[in-house]
Amino acid sequence: MLSMKSITKVYQAGVIETHALRSLSLEVEGGEFVAVTGPSGSGKTTFLNIAGLLEAPSSGSYILDGTDVSTMRDRARSQTRNEKIGFIFQGFNLIPDLNIFDNVDVPLRYRGWSGKERRERIDEALDLVGLSARKQHLPSQLSGGQQQRVAIARALAGNPKLLLADEPTGNLDSLMARQVMELLEEINAAGTTIIMVTHDPELARRAGRNVHLLDGQVSDFQPIEPPPAESDDAVAQVA
Amino acid sequence: MLSYYIRLAWLSLKRNPLLSSLMVGAIALGIGVSMTTLTLFYVMSSDPLPFKSDRVFAVQMDTWGPDEPANQRGGGSPPVQMTYRDAMALMESDIPTHQATMLHRGFAVRTEDENVRLQRLAARATYNGFFPMFDVPFIYGGPWDDRADENADQVVVLSKESNEKFFGGQDSVGNTIFLDSVPFRVVGVIDSWQPTPVFYDLNNGAWSSTEDMFVPFQIPITWEYGAHGSTNCWKPEKLENYQDSLQSECVWVQHWVQLDSAEQREAFHAFMDGYANEQKEFGRFQRPLDNRTTNVMDWLEYMEVVGDDNRLLVVLSLMFLLICLLNTVGLMLAKFLNRAPLVGVRRALGASKRDVALQHGVEVMFIGLLGGLGGLVLSYLGLLAVRNWYTGYEYLARLNPEMIATAVVLALAAAVIAGLYPTWHITRIQPAVHLKTQ
Repeated sequence: MLSMKSITKVYQAGVIETHALRSLSLEVEGGEFVAVTGPSGSGKTTFLNIAGLLEAPSSGSYILDGTDVSTMRDRARSQTRNEKIGFIFQGFNLIPDLNIFDNVDVPLRYRGWSGKERRERIDEALDLVGLSARKQHLPSQLSGGQQQRVAIARALAGNPKLLLADEPTGNLDSLMARQVMELLEEINAAGTTIIMVTHDPELARRAGRNVHLLDGQVSDFQPIEPPPAESDDAVAQVA
Repeated sequence: MLSYYIRLAWLSLKRNPLLSSLMVGAIALGIGVSMTTLTLFYVMSSDPLPFKSDRVFAVQMDTWGPDEPANQRGGGSPPVQMTYRDAMALMESDIPTHQATMLHRGFAVRTEDENVRLQRLAARATYNGFFPMFDVPFIYGGPWDDRADENADQVVVLSKESNEKFFGGQDSVGNTIFLDSVPFRVVGVIDSWQPTPVFYDLNNGAWSSTEDMFVPFQIPITWEYGAHGSTNCWKPEKLENYQDSLQSECVWVQHWVQLDSAEQREAFHAFMDGYANEQKEFGRFQRPLDNRTTNVMDWLEYMEVVGDDNRLLVVLSLMFLLICLLNTVGLMLAKFLNRAPLVGVRRALGASKRDVALQHGVEVMFIGLLGGLGGLVLSYLGLLAVRNWYTGYEYLARLNPEMIATAVVLALAAAVIAGLYPTWHITRIQPAVHLKTQ
């Protein structure tokens, strides 16, 4: 699904160069759920931006779903982003003036679909996150958890093959975080590849694979160990 | 997508009504001020005789005294009016397609109806060539015939307004009205006719309304009336009676000719020069031969109908529009940059730079359109103020369809120019930078 080889990203500010990614290589298979962890400044967000075609790498090659996207021009990158990638952000990033229906509609508008097609997809996506009854509400009228579910519906509406989540539960309390995580697991189980950046080791453990970044490089590459039994109990009590 | 972008533009305007109002207001103010001055300038500079203004000429003959030219325009030129006897000599020529000597004066007018009160109305005394030469449209009847010109028949052509006033707008041809208590038969009624400027007689105000009625030129002459307007003489003359004034060197009548070809114009000039040389033998035309025919647009330029101060005013108002635009650029930039995080989200969700440019371009056009409409309202109020504050501008200070279209196009162009840099700037933002800051 995703293949990065020797990706570097260098930010230049005057004469100062900052190496955000240093020869990063990573393979992600279709249907995987990968957690990307690492301390602040390790390059997690830069990795996610490059993976999501929001930034171009300084060097290296990036193959997404069989297509070399590392040298694409803006229009082709935007189209690929729209058709193949869904984003979930920590801060939800819903558009405050648009109601829920119209927020989910945003990526579909750039797809060029007919009104009927878009309406069907939006209804399906909102059904999936359990917010069909709220489609006329504005984001400010929803709780944080509901807003993140809308963001997930928006990310899923265009049937992307790859879902990129940047701290998707970072702004939520533990109950809502758990609900969102369960939703992501359901989505992954349905076949969508997910790459999730997180600080939370508990969430990272629930992913199928953990990629640890340090100083812009993959430092650790190992399967997630099962969580300790007492943690499971604690979650069960909260639930 | 256009309707989607229009909806987004409307939502964007509603999101920050104060900033939106300032932008729309800045454009509206600039458009309002510039359109007010441009409308005045446009009407002042427009062709009052479209399609034939290059074939209709004001006639000048240099009958002035030897010491100095009649006026200083162009380094010295002939008088802008003519003596009666020279004009009558030119009327003898059959070279022009049409020609007419004319003067302006007033009459006390009443009808046979005792209930219609006596009114003082303006009249133009002229020859029947006046009407076809100046393309005067008729509703009823037509011009008087040549015999009426020769015999000073008591016939009159009414303006549409006069006919409305005296005969309720009915076909009044054959009816009688009284000019200074003398009965005149109505032979024609003209439709609304307001050349702007009133090029054929600039002595009585370039922006005044056309006359209420038209009578044969020889009527005031027979009645020994003078003209309302300027009379200029280059030497003192002892004028014992009206006949003396008709034979004097004073200029007080206007003369216009229609010459449809270069050959016709050449022949008419030869006729004028021949006449002037003949007059030189009688001691007249003491200055070097200088007989002129000047077409309508050149005549307006020569008579400085549109002064330099009008042009300066237009330049100043366009500079004011520029200042308003610069303010709009600043406001628009602030508004667009404030929205950078939302643009970042759209970019992440698949909007290309082109999509972002289109979305903001439509918003810019929307602002321009609202600014244009506001500008039209301000232009209307501005012209209304001009009409109320200054007399003689009643026919001048009006918005016509061309100027309304110009205002809208100018506003859209202004908005596009003002929006170019902010739109370009917003397409250049790095979405990744703003996604974290939302």
